[in-house]
Amino acid sequence: MSKLVLRNVSRTFGDFTAVDNFNLTLQEGELVSLLGPSGCGKTTTLRMIAGFMAPTSGTIEIDGEIISSPTSSLPPERRKMSMIFQSYAIWPNMTVAENVGFGLKIRKLDAAEIRRRVEEILEKVQLAALRDRYPAELSGGQQQRVALARAIVVKPAVLLLDEPLSNLDANLREEMRFEIRRLHDEFKITTVYVTHDQAEAMVTSDRIAVMNKGRVEQVDAPYALYGRPKTQFVAGFIGRTNFLEGKANGETLHLGGFSVPLNALQTEGGSLPGDVLVSIRPQSIHLLKHDPGNVAGRCSAQGQVQRRAYLGEYWDYYVSLPGAAQTLRVTARAQDVFEVNEAVWIEIDIAQLTVIR
Amino acid sequence: MNEETLTAGAPQGARVARSAGGPGFGRWWRHLDKSAWVWLLAILVLVFLVVNPLVRLLIVSFQQPDSGAFTLANYAAAYSRSRYVEALGKSLVLGISAASLCLLFGVPLAWALSRTDMPGKGLVWVAILGTFVIPAYLGAVGWILLAGPNAGWLNRLVMALTGMDKGPFNIYSMSGLVLVVACYSFPYVFVFTKSALDLVSSEMEDAANILGSGNLRTTLSITLPLVLPAILAAFILVFLEAIALFGSPALLALPGRFHVVTTQLWQFFEFPPKVGVAAAYAMPLLCITVFLFWLQRRITHRKGYVSLTGKGGERRPIPLGRWKWPLLGYCLAVCTLSFFMPMVVICQAALAKAWGRGFRLDNLTLDNLYFTLFENNLTRNATINTFVYAGSAAFIAITLALCIAYVVNRELVGKRVANILSFLTMAPFVIPGIVLAIGFYAAYTHPPLLLYGTAWILILAFATRFLPIAYANSNAAIRSINPELEDAVRILGGTRFTAIRRVVAPLLKRSLAGAFILVFIPATRELSAAIFLYSINTQVLSVLLFDKSDEGNFEMLASIGLILVVITVILILIGFRLMGRDFMLRRTAA
Repeated sequence: MSKLVLRNVSRTFGDFTAVDNFNLTLQEGELVSLLGPSGCGKTTTLRMIAGFMAPTSGTIEIDGEIISSPTSSLPPERRKMSMIFQSYAIWPNMTVAENVGFGLKIRKLDAAEIRRRVEEILEKVQLAALRDRYPAELSGGQQQRVALARAIVVKPAVLLLDEPLSNLDANLREEMRFEIRRLHDEFKITTVYVTHDQAEAMVTSDRIAVMNKGRVEQVDAPYALYGRPKTQFVAGFIGRTNFLEGKANGETLHLGGFSVPLNALQTEGGSLPGDVLVSIRPQSIHLLKHDPGNVAGRCSAQGQVQRRAYLGEYWDYYVSLPGAAQTLRVTARAQDVFEVNEAVWIEIDIAQLTVIR
Repeated sequence: MNEETLTAGAPQGARVARSAGGPGFGRWWRHLDKSAWVWLLAILVLVFLVVNPLVRLLIVSFQQPDSGAFTLANYAAAYSRSRYVEALGKSLVLGISAASLCLLFGVPLAWALSRTDMPGKGLVWVAILGTFVIPAYLGAVGWILLAGPNAGWLNRLVMALTGMDKGPFNIYSMSGLVLVVACYSFPYVFVFTKSALDLVSSEMEDAANILGSGNLRTTLSITLPLVLPAILAAFILVFLEAIALFGSPALLALPGRFHVVTTQLWQFFEFPPKVGVAAAYAMPLLCITVFLFWLQRRITHRKGYVSLTGKGGERRPIPLGRWKWPLLGYCLAVCTLSFFMPMVVICQAALAKAWGRGFRLDNLTLDNLYFTLFENNLTRNATINTFVYAGSAAFIAITLALCIAYVVNRELVGKRVANILSFLTMAPFVIPGIVLAIGFYAAYTHPPLLLYGTAWILILAFATRFLPIAYANSNAAIRSINPELEDAVRILGGTRFTAIRRVVAPLLKRSLAGAFILVFIPATRELSAAIFLYSINTQVLSVLLFDKSDEGNFEMLASIGLILVVITVILILIGFRLMGRDFMLRRTAA
């Protein structure tokens, strides 16, 4: 059964369209992130789901009941959701335990039950020792955990997260990604997670909806999104990539410097148009000292190293191919050392080539 | 109305969805955020307090008193006699002279305290704060004791020293009035100029110094021009203050047998009150005020004075060398005129059996204060009234201002409505108290809204008059709270009111208490609106003080004044604890 459905949702501010015809269906217990650059409409979408804002067209439904439409919108307090805010929004006038117990108190649970559930959740987020502290006495990471506990303890129908990790330092951020995923696996709350950080989305999400300029570009599982981007924006936004202009000539596709047989490319649309755009990830290209020869399912070409950068964990090479206008970006293992101007062979697994259009 | 329908305001989107949506009204009602009624009520109260009196003022100026028919007779009556027009001229003279004198007093003091290493800064600071604490009309009483013809202390001193049989000073004159008004208005100039000077970086002066300019030249050609907009704005503010003042002119001009606009307005209210004529006569005052406030805002908001951005550069005091003693002397002289001398004679009179008998121990008594506070029904009731009215007014003003500030900042209404709301809330700032009082009189003396004669008309008039102070403070307070703190309450199931009660109110406690004091203090001493709206059972201390002034019982006047001052000082000390040392001399003027 579908839990949360956004149907043709749009939101305009004057002449500006923040969210444009947004469609998304979340299954029960699913964690979907809205990923995109700042200003792409992801926070607006989230605030519409929460009920802080009404859509200018379209509807939002939960279990088949309309909760948001342009004419009327159920106030946030009656949606049985909870949310984690960018600023955490921990109430500075209440202790950790009071913050966490607030939602339960609103739900008029009896004191003993509130106490039990607060203790339980504080144990889960490793804050039990700090229950009587005030927020000003907590670190950023601890505040973040309070926000998590406060949102989860009420067992919301839907959990909303608005860039929850953007105010944390890098190490803590990595830790909290897993923490959020762990809590999700434990409680299975239907969750919408807004972020601009692709790694964050990849670690936490079941599916990712990539947004750009108010529109959804693609909704897919992290693996599919990376391996099979459907648009140029998605291919460029998720990870780094090389875009190659291809020209079809009979049964071969010329990609500037090398070519592949047309029928070897996986395409969804069946036949290809004359000109296509192909994406190939830098780590899907291998650099070799010698000609690998013809191997089934692979193609190769000779080129020259233009410039290189050593980044400790890997090498970043820029390789030019004869007859190609642009250089290819290639990521190689730290032990694969090539000099600038050295002649190299590139080898590509044709299955890794993704046709964008 | 629900907040989203108020904010969204997108008719085309709404229409599309209504045709697409299912059970329209039922769902709309279920989804409705019922808190909206409270905001609507707040807006209604605002209309009642601000819009209605002003509209009535305008209408009544064009109405025949008995029939209500349209007429221009009120205007004819108001401007036909030469002495009425003369009073307008006198007000102009008073405003310009007093404002100029204020610059002479305020600017050097501001420079001395802000930029130099003058000694005794603390003492001067306290004296200026003290000047703020003295209501202007109490200062006038002090100056009557000092420079009243013949009996005044200064006159007696000069007579004793020179053997003249008549003292040289007469406070009951235009120059006397100008001096007194300037003494109690110059703190505005001081505050404006000082806060601008505090923002001028020393690097600006260093740059001139390094090019060979001396300290004096730098100050005159670099520093002062940089703060000129602030000084100009203060000049306008003080001018407006001076022409809108009622207490000091009534105490000094009436015995001196001349009128200014405000005293003339008051005379139109002598029985039987000619409200229409008064309204017509108040129009120039209102128009000048509105125009000059607009001008003042233009000046203060003008960009281009980079040094006033408040960032960058340290500020070092200028070493004065041997000039520091003359400067300190000047500062203390100004404070002596405004604070030390009047305060000494007021305390003497309040604590004397008869003030004319002088500073002697056997003349000392607490009877005046005791009598004023406890024995005399009139003064005792007025003291209680003052507290109750000022407290109620402050409470109403803060509650209303907070509601409006909340509605505006949380975008519960469309942007245009929000602009109108904040404009209306700030509007009383530019309305002279006396004009507001006439508006209230015109609006609320007739059924169905008969408030005249009750305490409510005073409370509401005070609340309206000081609404802008409450609003400026509430606005700043609301802005300091991240809206996500409230969103967090709501998404967890709390209503807007739960959010306000459990999160917003606890966080704002201190700043609202401070705002309460900032409204309460001027409300305890308000005279220019009260004088038009009080009745025999609703006298307050300020009115009583003015009423008793022609009896010549200065011991009692001084006692009443002293009580007001003590109340104020206590409140300010509480304010210091709540909000820090500069909370009163901070520049909050909208």
